Amino acid sequence: MAYITISVFLLACALLLWFFPDTSILDYGYAEMNGFFNLVPFLFIFLIPAITMRSFAEERREGTYVLLATRPLSDLQIILAKYFACVILLLFALIPTLIYYYSIYQLGLPKGNVDSGAVIGSYLGLFLLGNAFISIGIFASSITKNQVIAFAVAVFLCFFAYSGFDSLSKVFELSALETILVNLGINEHYQSMSRGVLDTRDLVYFITFVFMFFGLTKLVIGGRKW
Amino acid sequence: MSIKVKNLSKHFGLQKAVDSISFEAKPGKILGFLGPNGAGKSTTMKMLTAYMSPTSGDAEICGKSILTAEIEVKRLIGYLPENTPLYNDMYIREFLSFVGETYGIANLSHRVDDVIKQVGLTPEQHKKIGMLSKGYKQRVGLAQAIIHDPKVLILDEPTSGLDPNQLSDIRTLIKNLGKDKTVIISTHIMQEVEAICDEVIVISKGKIVANDTKSELKNQYKGASLEEIFRKLTN
Repeated sequence: MAYITISVFLLACALLLWFFPDTSILDYGYAEMNGFFNLVPFLFIFLIPAITMRSFAEERREGTYVLLATRPLSDLQIILAKYFACVILLLFALIPTLIYYYSIYQLGLPKGNVDSGAVIGSYLGLFLLGNAFISIGIFASSITKNQVIAFAVAVFLCFFAYSGFDSLSKVFELSALETILVNLGINEHYQSMSRGVLDTRDLVYFITFVFMFFGLTKLVIGGRKW
Repeated sequence: MSIKVKNLSKHFGLQKAVDSISFEAKPGKILGFLGPNGAGKSTTMKMLTAYMSPTSGDAEICGKSILTAEIEVKRLIGYLPENTPLYNDMYIREFLSFVGETYGIANLSHRVDDVIKQVGLTPEQHKKIGMLSKGYKQRVGLAQAIIHDPKVLILDEPTSGLDPNQLSDIRTLIKNLGKDKTVIISTHIMQEVEAICDEVIVISKGKIVANDTKSELKNQYKGASLEEIFRKLTN
C-alpha cells in the first residue's frame, strides 16, 4: 500500500510540475522550484494521513495491539517505532523528487542558475512539515479503530495546522492575536525556512509540535480500555 | 512461588469484572483457570500480563510487581491472547524474528528455527500467516509466546476451535512446556482440564469459588465428574 501511495504522490508531482500547462515549470520560464514547494504541502495533507492511518487503528480493530503491548516495550517506544516507520516512507517519497532539482539545474540559463540555498532550506522545511503531519496522523490513528475516521481527522488537523491558523488570524487583523495565530501555524515557519534561512525558532517550533502530539498519543494509548 | 495474586480487582464502570481474587501458582505445574463465559478469566490474564492495569490489588510474577515493574514482568511472561490475533500479512519467520527482536534475543535465527521445530510448524514455515489453517495459526501464537523462553506462560483458551488431532497435539505441547515453567491456561472444556491440568481454579462472576488440586477437588465432591462440579459451583 505504501508503494502505491508514494507512486501516486510522485505521479501527481510530475504531472503538475512538468506537464499541466497552468502549473508547469517549463511554461513558467524561471529556473526555480517554488511551484513544487508550494504544491507539496497540499499533497502531503492527503498523502501522509493515508500512510499513518493504519498505525494504531488497524492494530486496534484486528486486536493485534496486544501483541505489541505485552512485549517489554514502553508505550513511547511503540509510538516512536510507528513514527520512524512513517518517516522512512516520507524520505522515500521525497528523495526521487531531487531529480527535479537536477533537471532545473541543467535547464537554467546559464546552466546552474538556481538558488541552491533556498532549495536546501525548502527541502528541510518540507521534511519537518512532513514530520509534523506524521505526528498528527499517528495521533489521529490512536483515537479510533476506524481507519477512515483516522484519515479524515488527520486530513482536517493537518490542513488546519498548515493554513487554518493563517486564515483564522485574518479575523483578528491588526491585533496582537494576529501575530500569535500566524506563528502557531505551520505555514509561517515553513515559508521562513523556504527562504533559505535556518532559524532556530522554526526548528524549535517543529520539534515542539511533534513532541506535543507524541504526548497526546501517549495519553490516549496509556488510558486505553481495549 | 512464581505467581502471587493479592486481592486483584478490575471494575468496568459499575460492573465488577474481577472482584478481589487471590491465588498462587508454582513452577512445574499447569494451573487450569475455569469459569463460564464472562466470568473474568481473560480480564485476570490481561492484568497478569500487565496489559491492563487493575482497579485495585496487586500481583507478583517471580517477585516483580505488575504495578511497579511492568517491563520486567513482560519479559518474564509469555502470553497467548484470546482468539490468537496475528499479523496476517507477515511471513511466519518474519513475524517470529520481529517478536524475538523485542526481547533482544542473541542468535535469533537459530532460536526461531528451534521454536518452529518445537511447535511443529516445520512443514509450513515459509508461508504467510494469513494462509495458515486455524490449528497452525494457534501454533504460531504459541511460538510467539515461548520464543524468549519465559518462566511463566499464560494461555487464554489455547485450544478453542481446533479439530481432535490438533487438540491432542497442542495439549501434548503444553504439557511438555509445563514441566519446567509455570503455566496458566484458561478454558471451559472439562476434558482439557482432565487431560493436562494439575491444579484448578474455578472463577464465577469475578470471584474464586474453588482453588485446589484436581484430585483434591474430586475427593471433596465424592468422585463427581469435573463437569458436575463445575455446574454446581458456577450455577
